[in-house]
Amino acid sequence: MSHHPTDVIDHLVGTQTGSPLDQVRQHRQQARINAQQSYLALFAPATPGRFSLADRFALAAFVAGLHRQPAIADFYAAGLAGQQPATAVAPAISQAVTQGLTEGPYGEFPAGPLSSEDQDGLVYTVADELRTTLGKPLAAAFDHAHMLVFHPRDARPAHLQALLDAGWSTTEIVTLSQLVAFLAFQIRVVVGLRALAASPAPASSNTTEANA
Amino acid sequence: MSDQIVTHTDVDVPAVFTQAQLEWLPWLEPLPAAELTERHYAGLVDPSRAKSPYFMLLARDPDILGARTRTDKDIFYNPDAGLPRAERELSAAATSRLNGCIYCASVHSRFASHHSQRTEDVQRLLDQGVSVDIDPRWNTVIEASVALTGIPLEFDTGHIERLRAQGLDDNAISDVIHGAAFFNWANRLMLSLGEPQQKAGA
Repeated sequence: MSHHPTDVIDHLVGTQTGSPLDQVRQHRQQARINAQQSYLALFAPATPGRFSLADRFALAAFVAGLHRQPAIADFYAAGLAGQQPATAVAPAISQAVTQGLTEGPYGEFPAGPLSSEDQDGLVYTVADELRTTLGKPLAAAFDHAHMLVFHPRDARPAHLQALLDAGWSTTEIVTLSQLVAFLAFQIRVVVGLRALAASPAPASSNTTEANA
Repeated sequence: MSDQIVTHTDVDVPAVFTQAQLEWLPWLEPLPAAELTERHYAGLVDPSRAKSPYFMLLARDPDILGARTRTDKDIFYNPDAGLPRAERELSAAATSRLNGCIYCASVHSRFASHHSQRTEDVQRLLDQGVSVDIDPRWNTVIEASVALTGIPLEFDTGHIERLRAQGLDDNAISDVIHGAAFFNWANRLMLSLGEPQQKAGA
């Protein structure tokens, strides 16, 4: 994608300039600006290095798909198509999402009183036939992302070792972790603000805001 | 030399949610202080964060760290309008309790207690979990944070209306949304890049 929306969250929510939601977001201008700067740091970095833009968009489309947010997944899939038109990775992502869908958060707590809250769930790994299409590093990133999305309290050093074994460096693992975790934020802001926009305040309660 | 996992022996892992101060041990090598450049300091935002292994690990990608830190500070510290600080921290603590981030929950339950002076109510959230019954307003903030944390995301206009019925205006509701959303970011980093440890002698 050579062109990025001025504000991806507003783009995905459909925020209208001057709308009540636009005014709400103006009260947290730094959060608004820096959520966009976060997106740009991850999807338009100064130097992508070995973690290519195509792989970043592919991972994002997978994460958005796991969150059952088709419009957001389409946005990132379009970013992937901008990097790699007609790539076999795109259908592989859809299949991986279908195979990885579950409900969260689940996982284990440290042994003790919290063990009664332990909850089993899917431990996902990319299917062999998709692993070849995605390639070893991206497939390992998908495995890790699924854990981060659905059962982050199960994270152990062995998960990071699997990424190192697939060729990811320490610094690249930091970027990969930020990308998945940022999406967990961005997707929730979009879902939350959509609901807020769809439920306008009674006329009386926002009159003072208009002059603020 | 290829990169390696950092191993810690005899870690005193906290086995319950607590408001006590904890340490955090990284599983990957933080950036060595000698390698800090202007760009890294810009990413750290506060130079004092160079003492934290968590921020020094994240400083390996300074641009996303800097943008993330500025997002965080505005959501939680900006005093202009919106939700009282205590309830922004409550949304962070409830999110962390549900995801299972004992470290994040310790920090933000402490902040929620400090700003609300309701230490025992906050402790009940930690002890009983997100289905705790505290009072209608706090229950509604916790319920909204939960609906924005679990997948499928169940947060909808019903949550907005229930928050409004508890006296939250749109700015305050937006703060609940951002507080819970941001901790879905923070929890995943703290849980997956290292682990908490009880402070010696605590």
